[in-house]
Amino acid sequence: MKLKEIAHSRTGDKGDISNISLIAYKAEDYPLLKEKVTPELVKEYFGEICNGDVIRYDIDSLCAMNFVLHKALGGGVTRSLSLDKHGKSLSMALLEMEI
Amino acid sequence: MKKIRIGSGAGYAGDRIEPAVELMEKGNLDYIIFECLAERTIAIGQMDKLKNPKKGYNQLLEYRMEKILPILKKNNIKVITNMGSANPVEAANVTAKLAHEANLSDIKIACVTGDDILSDIADYYNNNILELDPCSLGEIKDKIVSANVYMGCEGIVEALENGADIVITGRVSDPALTIGPLCYEFGWNPDENIYEMGQATLAGHLLECGGQATGGYYADPGYKDVPGLERLGFPIVEIGEDGEFFVTKVPEAGGLVTEDTLKEQTIYEIHDPKAYMTPDVIADFSHVKFEEIAKDMVKASNATSHGRPETYKVSIGYRDCYIGEGEISYGGSNAMARARLAADIIEKRLKIVGCEYDELKIEYIGFNSLYGNKISAGFAPDSFSEIRLRVAARTRDKKDADHIGNEVEALYTSGPAGGGGATKKTSDIVSICSIFVPRSAVDIKVNYLEV
Repeated sequence: MKLKEIAHSRTGDKGDISNISLIAYKAEDYPLLKEKVTPELVKEYFGEICNGDVIRYDIDSLCAMNFVLHKALGGGVTRSLSLDKHGKSLSMALLEMEI
Repeated sequence: MKKIRIGSGAGYAGDRIEPAVELMEKGNLDYIIFECLAERTIAIGQMDKLKNPKKGYNQLLEYRMEKILPILKKNNIKVITNMGSANPVEAANVTAKLAHEANLSDIKIACVTGDDILSDIADYYNNNILELDPCSLGEIKDKIVSANVYMGCEGIVEALENGADIVITGRVSDPALTIGPLCYEFGWNPDENIYEMGQATLAGHLLECGGQATGGYYADPGYKDVPGLERLGFPIVEIGEDGEFFVTKVPEAGGLVTEDTLKEQTIYEIHDPKAYMTPDVIADFSHVKFEEIAKDMVKASNATSHGRPETYKVSIGYRDCYIGEGEISYGGSNAMARARLAADIIEKRLKIVGCEYDELKIEYIGFNSLYGNKISAGFAPDSFSEIRLRVAARTRDKKDADHIGNEVEALYTSGPAGGGGATKKTSDIVSICSIFVPRSAVDIKVNYLEV
């Protein structure tokens, strides 16, 4: 199953840090997300893009997690060579992850 | 119980104006905020101001003010905006002139300054740069073009206490545009109103990106459908003196307000939800709750805060590098092979012409330009009907950056068959880094113009 079947997401940026939310559509799916989508897995998944640590913050009251990816925006939004300098499209990549 | 309604009139420098006008006409607002500063906006504004001392404020200021000036007095709505950017003084002058020309009267315009500490920047050369650790500010001192403190709500509160109808600031934190009027109206402060200040920060965070709270940046057909995005309504917050608030929109506007649209926006651009740093307060969104109380009306609760930070963050703009870019498209079932041949030619050509670069990126739009090879390969088709080659490089000299686009363009006549739609660009890059300074470093000033 792909994450997009049970969750939605939005990406934000600050300097060279990308943050990607993962929000369960239904509260009953949230424990599965917490169990499966570890920061280690997300770090490995974005290995080609993210050169730093991945930290996961849980917001149980929203049935949501926030993945903070360090060194993930090509050196920073202003100097990145990427087409999508802000990494705004990364949310949709996370939702393609199979669990 | 006293309640205040604040609308969002803009979520970025170039945002649509109709949602703001609609909110001012139909939203029963007390305040409208226009958030128009991204990380790099002021640095670019500062360079505009160097060329012309009358510029450096938001480029749509005149356009926006012409639309909203006639409504704000009629409907008794106060306007708070950071459209002053690198030149809030001139932005206030221009606004006063427009009000005068529109035959309006009895309008007080406040200009909040103090964020620009460029003239004192040498005092902080020993401070560490947050993003480039270990590196002190002094190491880039010859490249610095701007230095702006993220101010809190103090200047806005002072302006409102003195009867301002329009408050124009330079760099303030995005939530401060909302926290300001709330602290003025309800007398909140970070020490005694821990819950209310957390809620105010959440309200500001939900308003600051305009349509991103009301179904903008949200739609994913078949998964998350949003009606009427072409006339998306911007959010309204109605908040009481107990700090409780709901988010809504004008009923006839497009978009939607649901628990899910607000959840996405709550987590947007925050890191640790327990410690969302703003100059006014360290906000805590880790226990926030949303509850839909009517169609397109969602109650927000349980944000709190942990006092005021000891330091201010300063956004430093500096001349960093050049970026050269070139793109060209290939079509047909062998498109990828020809695009790869083109890329190989470019790499060899850059060596032949002696192009020096710090980093080179070659990517294939339609295949891997967003996610790289590994993730993209997971759901890429077997063959592509078209592929667009993109080459980008970061250089120290402009002439090296120019090589990139020129060599891609030369693929028209000297590259693989059927290349089309070549484009090229060289950009002079101003980057942003941050330092922290003590609160005493900032002297917030408010000046007034009356029409």
